[in-house]
Amino acid sequence: MTGAAPLAELDDLRVQFGAGPDAVQAVRGVSLHVMPGEVLCLLGESGSGKSVSMRALLRLLPPQARVTGGVQVEGQEVGRLSGRALRALRGGTAAMVFQEPMTALDPVYTVGQQIAESVQQHRGGTRAAARARALEVLDLVRVPDAARRLDAYPHELSGGLRQRVVIAMALACRPRLLLADEPTTALDATVQIQILVLLRGLQRELGMGMVLVTHDLGVAAEVSDRVAVMYAGQIVEQGPVRDVLRRPVHPYTRGLLASVVRADGVEAPGIPGSPPDLRRPPPGCAFAARCPAAVGACSAAVPAEQKVGPGRTARCVRVGESVAA
Amino acid sequence: MPDRGGPAQPMLIAAGLRKHFPIPGGGAVRAVDGVSFSVAKGETLGVVGESGCGKSTLARLLLHLVRPDAGELVFDGEAVGAPRGITLKELRRQAQMVFQDSASSLNPRMPARDSVAFGPRVLGRGPAQAAAEADEALRRVGLDPMQFGPRYPHELSGGQKQRVNIARALALQPRLVILDEAVSALDKSVEAQVLSLLARLKRELGLTYVFISHDLAVVRHVSDRVLVMYLGSVAESGPADDVFARPLHPYTRVLLASRLSMDPDRRVEQAPIVGDPPSPANPPSGCRFRTRCPHAEPVCADRVPSPGSWDGHQAACHMVHPGSGHSAAALAA
Ligand SMILES: Nc1ncnc2c1ncn2[C@@H]1O[C@H](COP(=O)(O)OP(=O)(O)OP(=O)(O)O)[C@@H](O)[C@H]1O
Ligand SMILES: Nc1ncnc2c1ncn2[C@@H]1O[C@H](COP(=O)(O)OP(=O)(O)OP(=O)(O)O)[C@@H](O)[C@H]1O
Ligand code: SF4
Ligand SMILES: [Mg+2]
Ligand SMILES: [Mg+2]
Repeated sequence: MTGAAPLAELDDLRVQFGAGPDAVQAVRGVSLHVMPGEVLCLLGESGSGKSVSMRALLRLLPPQARVTGGVQVEGQEVGRLSGRALRALRGGTAAMVFQEPMTALDPVYTVGQQIAESVQQHRGGTRAAARARALEVLDLVRVPDAARRLDAYPHELSGGLRQRVVIAMALACRPRLLLADEPTTALDATVQIQILVLLRGLQRELGMGMVLVTHDLGVAAEVSDRVAVMYAGQIVEQGPVRDVLRRPVHPYTRGLLASVVRADGVEAPGIPGSPPDLRRPPPGCAFAARCPAAVGACSAAVPAEQKVGPGRTARCVRVGESVAA
Repeated sequence: MPDRGGPAQPMLIAAGLRKHFPIPGGGAVRAVDGVSFSVAKGETLGVVGESGCGKSTLARLLLHLVRPDAGELVFDGEAVGAPRGITLKELRRQAQMVFQDSASSLNPRMPARDSVAFGPRVLGRGPAQAAAEADEALRRVGLDPMQFGPRYPHELSGGQKQRVNIARALALQPRLVILDEAVSALDKSVEAQVLSLLARLKRELGLTYVFISHDLAVVRHVSDRVLVMYLGSVAESGPADDVFARPLHPYTRVLLASRLSMDPDRRVEQAPIVGDPPSPANPPSGCRFRTRCPHAEPVCADRVPSPGSWDGHQAACHMVHPGSGHSAAALAA
């Protein structure tokens, strides 16, 4: 990554829901970037702000959300885009595959109509051309018998096919940035691996940048170049996937790795306790209350993001020691 | 709740369950097509299988949330829906379900605490007592009741919603809990917490579970026995350790080979099986897996392989039944 410009970037993103003392501080200073052609996985605790951060990238948060910080896609400040530029961004430059696939498809239109509609909206052209493109992308995501499936309604498709259609729809306008929020969580093992192999192949073939949210470390290991681990609205550790999975430095990441139920079914210990109340996040490290390595200094102030290796950072007071360990 | 049938009486017996959904314009989706099994008291039965193979339909059949077209259900020795058997109302009290779709199974206009308190209210508790029990159930699933009790579903993350669902089922003090992809939306550290919670409740309260999940490692971890489904029928069943260590059915082998490596240097280069299963409206003749099976022979198209008996380790594959006419079976015999 020598000096090239990032495809997308969050700079000290903060998102708050509501106002006053009960406002939920869902994202508390997230900075990350993804390069063209790179796959970044966002991992982390449920409720840690992964989906909210992704939505912020496309300005898809509800009106009661108060957003500050920089959000840039291809050098443009997303917060300042006009209606038209925003439409070009969503579904044009960037596309998103949402956590709940059924909500992405409209039950009353056929798959072909929906993909074609999106193509015409972003790229113009004739209906016939849009339909041809729809067929092309269904083929691209290996929907068997794609020509027939163009006229199928979403409910007529299996879960795996539906997810492939949602991905096809996202790819129809040749996005340079693909955001995928838990794209395989609802799928069984045989389909999950097909979709992951497919996504990886397409990402390489098309040179897309991709941010993939997952709580499955196996998924991260399959597809990502880099991972960022979130906890209570902050990124606690990020770096190349091999390094982070093999030598995690943040105690939360270590706990997370130890929580994986292994293939042999051996019981995983998990991390006792629960994340802090995001209405009143603690002044220090948000993980301190659950951390087996916590010392007094951890609760004093939020640990700064420290460099812990090539392309690696972590937010932990004791990080120097754990790197040495 | 009384243990009427005694410890030897299975918690649940399902015999020949069938559900075909009619297709407007003709034909039917054979969602569940003759499924039989039993679950012993205090045991966990894991159910795995490809998307669309009928797992959720099976779960719904077990509570008669959809009416079976055929087959019998016996809950702790009492036939479900029979004149002198257990009533549906009583069944749905003693057996609870956590649904796959956490978002749509919560009332959008009800805060989490009220959703969970609904159960204790049904059991006859006063409002204050019900709220207290709801808080306790929320705490059990790792949600601070002060923080999350007043929140509406749209103010919760995916994993938080699913835990509210689990809390709601547990607050009804069931004997059997059917969990349909109940932990799939949870991250690993919460999942580990919820799984150990389920294990503790099983020990302490003697709960029985039917645990549906596509996460094979999790199923192996929680299950005493597993049922592998393919296209509406049972492909293989047996003690969890046996099935995972020595899978008999080619479909089970494919399923196990689809597990992720957890190692960026050993990525899966090619999916072990491609395409989708055939339409359940028009399943293949004979063995339902034959159109994708690397070992299929003419006999596989001609005859439906027997699923074998209900206990032990069984597979509905001609290769494991001596004398079936499959060349591998002849060798095995
Ligand atoms: N509209 C909202 N109002 C109030 N709080 C919200 C709202 N949307 C999200 N939150 C809260 O913000 C936090 C972050 O939510 P987010 O959906 O980003 O979590 P997540 O990391 O994607 O979790 P999961 O893995 O469970 O999907 C959560 O604590 C959630 O309860
Ligand atoms: N109410 C219904 N009407 C018509 N068909 C249905 C209905 N419910 C389910 N089906 C069909 O029955 C089959 C089995 O569906 P089911 O939801 O039980 O599968 P599943 O194994 O739970 O899949 P998944 O892993 O995707 O949740 C599918 O082909 C589905 O489309
Ligand atoms: S019966 Fe035949 S087609 Fe079916 S799984 Fe066995 S070998 Fe394969
Ligand atoms: Mg999310
Ligand atoms: Mg299901």
